[in-house]
Amino acid sequence: MLRLVELDKTYPTGDKALKSVDLEVPQGQVLALIGPSGAGKSTLIRCINRLVEPTSGSVFLGDVDLTKLGSGALRRERRRMGMIFQEYALVERLTVMENVLSGRLGYVGFWRSFTRRFPQSDVDEAFRLLDRVGLLEMADKRADELSGGQRQRVGICRALIQNPALLLVDEPTASLDPKTSRQIMRLICELCAERDLAAIINIHDVALAQMFVQRVVGLRFGAIEFDGPPDALTPDVLTRIYGEEDWEATIEKVEGEDEDEMVTA
Amino acid sequence: MSAALQERVGQRWRKPPFIKRDWLRWVLVGGAFLYLVAAIASIEVNWSRVYEGLDRGVAFIASFTSPDFTSRATDIWEGMLESLIMTVASSVVGILISIPIGLGAARNIAPLPVYVICRGIVAVSRALQEIIVAILLVAIFGFGPLAGFLTLSFATIGFLSKLLAEDIESMDKSQAEAIRSTGSRWMQWINYGVQPQFMPRLIGLSMYRIDINFRESAILGLVGAGGIGATLNTAFDRYEFDTAAAILILIIGTVMFLEYVSGLIRARVQ
Repeated sequence: MLRLVELDKTYPTGDKALKSVDLEVPQGQVLALIGPSGAGKSTLIRCINRLVEPTSGSVFLGDVDLTKLGSGALRRERRRMGMIFQEYALVERLTVMENVLSGRLGYVGFWRSFTRRFPQSDVDEAFRLLDRVGLLEMADKRADELSGGQRQRVGICRALIQNPALLLVDEPTASLDPKTSRQIMRLICELCAERDLAAIINIHDVALAQMFVQRVVGLRFGAIEFDGPPDALTPDVLTRIYGEEDWEATIEKVEGEDEDEMVTA
Repeated sequence: MSAALQERVGQRWRKPPFIKRDWLRWVLVGGAFLYLVAAIASIEVNWSRVYEGLDRGVAFIASFTSPDFTSRATDIWEGMLESLIMTVASSVVGILISIPIGLGAARNIAPLPVYVICRGIVAVSRALQEIIVAILLVAIFGFGPLAGFLTLSFATIGFLSKLLAEDIESMDKSQAEAIRSTGSRWMQWINYGVQPQFMPRLIGLSMYRIDINFRESAILGLVGAGGIGATLNTAFDRYEFDTAAAILILIIGTVMFLEYVSGLIRARVQ
């Protein structure tokens, strides 16, 4: 469904963020992208919907090569890729409903969006999504009145109302507490399963990634270092991705905590 | 304890000075002080003239205790009305024009050629002082409020576009990026991702500018560009200090009122 072919990105400063990355993601698969800060995770995700222009290589969404598209065609393809951001990236001075409906901007004309008169089907879908994530009552609140976890759920609604084929998720839990982080990850994975969505999730927290996803890709210095199921992430592999550290202690401990939580829950 | 730490513990710590070389720092401070002394010494004051002038100053200030609103009431009323019309019209026109120019002058959303042109307009508008523009426009359009209106519109564009562009340049990139990633058009992107971020600042600056435009309209009358300033100028020319005092009191009152209202509005739009 999504295929990256020899994707390269070199920034004007000369930093090679991505080095010939090949990756294929089938429909419905949730993939976690891990790696140290500066490994190119964020760049990789942004090269897919071209918020960052790749230097060379191709990105295929279905049969369409996104890197070859002009601005109009790119806009239409972007509608099929929902994006969820680190620190939520909601437009803070707009209401929750406006934020969710902004996911439909690619489908409606300027005047409709300017006057906030979205088609009834879009409005209904926005309410349905808000209800699904438990924020129906918040629809007319301003986005900056919500808590971190609530904001991220609005961010998820905004991505889903695009009716995407693919979710690009950039550090969804970076500023959330451990419990909210798990709830958000669980929500994203459940929604992907309900809608048969593929997703690429950038994530720092390896243990959290292992809990929820079917496949893990490790990035180091802009190249793929590991690609496999979550339980193949041995301390050896983690050392290859991140460098030397006492992995046994950290992983074991977090998994232990998790079991505790499951028991109490 | 490591050797590096050993060396530091017990030592006093001070913030490193901004200018590291001691001699350069002292030369700069000393030089600035000497210049200040020399500059003050160069001002020539004719003390006997000041002594004579004090009487006139006192007469002027004394007239504030007996402002004359009545004998030139129609002139004052017409001047105030003209100034208010000039203020409102030039503010509305100036603000409407400065929004697109402000967008164009923000490097993070405008392409380079548009940016250069818009920054050029801003630079020209800011380089020419209002009085100079007013003298030029009075020469072209003749005496009266039209010249004043055009001058204030022109000045508003420079002021508002520049500050608006700076606000846009410091906006939160991620909010705008999120809207772009939904596949929105450029106009939709501005409307949803950028406008909510600069709107409070735009409203605040506009209110502030209305207030400035009213004050300026009082000054522009001195060079023949209409408004209450023209009435004030006539009063001074006729040595009618009590009428001038009445006009100044009205101007001060109006400015303070506008200041109060703009404060209220700015507090509400955060």
